[in-house]
Amino acid sequence: MSGAFAHQLYALARRALVKTLRQPFQLFPVIFFPVILLAVNASGLAAATRLPGFPTRSYLTFAIATAFIQGAMFSLVNTGTNLAEDIESGFFERLALTPMRRSALIGGLLIGVGLMGALQSAAYVLVGEIGGAHLHAGIGGAALLIALGAIAAAVFGALGISAALKTGSGEAVQGLFPLFFVFLFLSSSNLPRNLLKAGWFHTVATWNPISYLLEGFRSLYIYGFDQTALLRCLAVLAGFATLFMGVMILALRGRMQRT
Amino acid sequence: MSGSAAQSSQGGIWAVARAIAWRNLRTYVRRPELFVPSLVFPLIFLAAFAGGLSALGGAPGFHFPAGYTAFQFVFVLLQSAMFAGLFTGFSLAFDFESGFARRLMIAAADRRGIALGYALVALTRATVTLTVVTGVALAAGMQVTGDGVEVFGLYGLAALLVFVGYGWAAGIAFRFRSIQAGPLMQTPVFLILFLAPVYVPLGLLKGWIHAVASVNPATFFLEAGRGLIAGRPTQLALAFGLALVLIGLFSLWARLGLRSAERGS
Amino acid sequence: MQNDYERNRIVAASAARGRPAGIEARGLVRDFKGGVRAVAGIDLVVSEGEIYGFLGPNGAGKSTTVLMLSTLLPPSAGHATVAGHDVVREGAAVRRAIGASLQESALDPYLSAREHMLLQGALHGLSRAAARARGEELLERVGLSEAAERKVKGYSGGMKRRLDLALALIHHPRLLFLDEPTTGLDVQSRTALWEEVRRLADEGVTVFLTTQYLEEADVLADRVGIIDRGRIVAEGAPADLKAEIGRPAVEALPEDPAQRERLAGVLARIGELLPAAAGGAVAVRLPAGARDLAEVVRALDAEGISLAELRLHAPTLDDVFLAKTGRSLEGGGDREEAQQEGAAAAGGQTGGSVRA
Repeated sequence: MSGAFAHQLYALARRALVKTLRQPFQLFPVIFFPVILLAVNASGLAAATRLPGFPTRSYLTFAIATAFIQGAMFSLVNTGTNLAEDIESGFFERLALTPMRRSALIGGLLIGVGLMGALQSAAYVLVGEIGGAHLHAGIGGAALLIALGAIAAAVFGALGISAALKTGSGEAVQGLFPLFFVFLFLSSSNLPRNLLKAGWFHTVATWNPISYLLEGFRSLYIYGFDQTALLRCLAVLAGFATLFMGVMILALRGRMQRT
Repeated sequence: MSGSAAQSSQGGIWAVARAIAWRNLRTYVRRPELFVPSLVFPLIFLAAFAGGLSALGGAPGFHFPAGYTAFQFVFVLLQSAMFAGLFTGFSLAFDFESGFARRLMIAAADRRGIALGYALVALTRATVTLTVVTGVALAAGMQVTGDGVEVFGLYGLAALLVFVGYGWAAGIAFRFRSIQAGPLMQTPVFLILFLAPVYVPLGLLKGWIHAVASVNPATFFLEAGRGLIAGRPTQLALAFGLALVLIGLFSLWARLGLRSAERGS
Repeated sequence: MQNDYERNRIVAASAARGRPAGIEARGLVRDFKGGVRAVAGIDLVVSEGEIYGFLGPNGAGKSTTVLMLSTLLPPSAGHATVAGHDVVREGAAVRRAIGASLQESALDPYLSAREHMLLQGALHGLSRAAARARGEELLERVGLSEAAERKVKGYSGGMKRRLDLALALIHHPRLLFLDEPTTGLDVQSRTALWEEVRRLADEGVTVFLTTQYLEEADVLADRVGIIDRGRIVAEGAPADLKAEIGRPAVEALPEDPAQRERLAGVLARIGELLPAAAGGAVAVRLPAGARDLAEVVRALDAEGISLAELRLHAPTLDDVFLAKTGRSLEGGGDREEAQQEGAAAAGGQTGGSVRA
């Protein structure tokens, strides 16, 4: 990597991070929404821990994984909305007219969203500790959670970037968010798959890749380093990354031809 | 201009309300993207809660005669009713932001008709959503053990909650006159609804959530609604009384908001 | 100004008796949050059937005044009646009497023009049949019949403005507020809208029109109120206001530069010579106004002086604004456009005078 390229990456990643951090209304959903939902569900669904076959006595320990995935989904919206704003305001066009490499343009954004993902994941780990969630995998597990959170944020961010490049509209990007929430709802986010009694729901949750993302994060809390769960989680991330990055590259080409 | 001699118009409260309702419903038909999400989300909630959490129906201490689907259906029904009101407040805020509300304010001789018109829109939205949610729940095998009068009571309670949600949101819309105020309309209602016994009855909640839920008005609505669908009415006077009090309070809140919009302050 | 005062007094007196479709405002003030005083005490009287032009730069308080008079914004102080009704206490009665086309067209992009007419009719309490019939008549009148079924989101700016005007007329208002009706329109659309406004005034509708275009106020308004920083700085018929500032001047450039002295001698017999006109021309103020132009031409013809150029400089409303406020009305982005229009208008006027 040449020095100029690295500098471009750094400058754009820094801008992406600072832009998010300086907009409290973007930070609120990323940090507080998952935490509030976690607090409400941890108490409201505590009775679920008394079901035979529930893997832990603490619902918070079970449910905290959902916060990481919700956070990554908010990254999709924030990254996409920020880029769409840049496109709408003409800032993106200005960047595109500089000799900067396209890969730096997108790479910078992805690094920025990844860093933000790491920060928010660290916040969730902290909240879990304060709330009394038991992290079975210990310090190493916390580091892995933060790393996985960063990767997940970047992967979902890539889809947000694709949507922004394709449509140039913040509204359209925000329209993607509910779609992902549906995936989250129809997964093993509230109960483990073995306790999903409605047959159709069990089938949907089993085919829903979000279930495996959740179970990867969750395994670090409940079981420690569960290779199967972690490998499935990484496989889903890799699959999403391939798909979303592919879509993003196509969208970037399309946008550059228009610019 | 033919007949340009002064011809005074008679835009009374109902004429204005009907005109506004007609225009909004027409817009929803033209722009399904504005309406469909509010129809689909309750169905997702119903699927995720009634389907995904059905095992909770077997949790120790959980006894609900109509089954877990009916238990969750009441939550989704009442939530949809309130959100039909909230989404209509959203349309109102959007009309203020786009300037269209000025047209309404200047043409409507009696401006209370504006608030009433949007209330009719909220009720119509809720009717469509509640019908669809009910149809899906019945198709999914929901049991209703309450009788006709009790079920009617459940929908009556839902209708009152449409006006509660609308009154709250309209007050915000009149004051802020911008869709930026959307989260302000929805977040408190969302929180209040989820700080109630959503997944299990109040008796099974423990700790702080039990303390909060015990004084949360949404709890009274849910308990009454669940009692009605199960044929074991409970706390009806409290729930209906509370809904009427809230409608009164939020009508005042909306009325003062309309005055604030009229003052341009 | 004495005439205006007399007229105002008569209108005010008749307003108390028969509630004519006029406007009367006394000491109208509007303050906004943060201590911003948008309107700082406006007195005005608009007679029934009159076109009153409210002319001023952006931010002068024109729109705020319209919002107050059309009951969309209560005054912070002062008092106003519109069509004989108090704008604060009798808002509903005012709204029944007026039509308004405000700066933002405020149309629903997903409704057609015909649906807008039905909606507006219903808001005013017209029956569906009456709203339909009246809507068709007005759409025809503003030239939108063919586009009546199309959604408004595909309309041009001019079409939206015309629809907005038609909507304002659905209930046969006696008084019409037009807030910068031609801003952003092309010349053709602007001219068409002016013609429509004139027709309405001929039919007896009182028109209160705000504008930042000098030409619009000059051409369209019977009387003009010039507003600056929330106050009316001058008011009267455009010709009277300009006459108050000074008589027109004529500038002549001899074909042969050696004839300049002779030319100056002839022109000095007609009026007061003005200092140093540019490029060898001689300028003279015309004591009897443009009527002296014919005399100038005859005198120069008699003396055998041939001219390369003859230009008439009439005072503009901008000169009035300049005289009253020390600043030019034309500014910013609008300056160029307005100057071009002003130049075009002046050109037309000069040509007309020479022909006369």
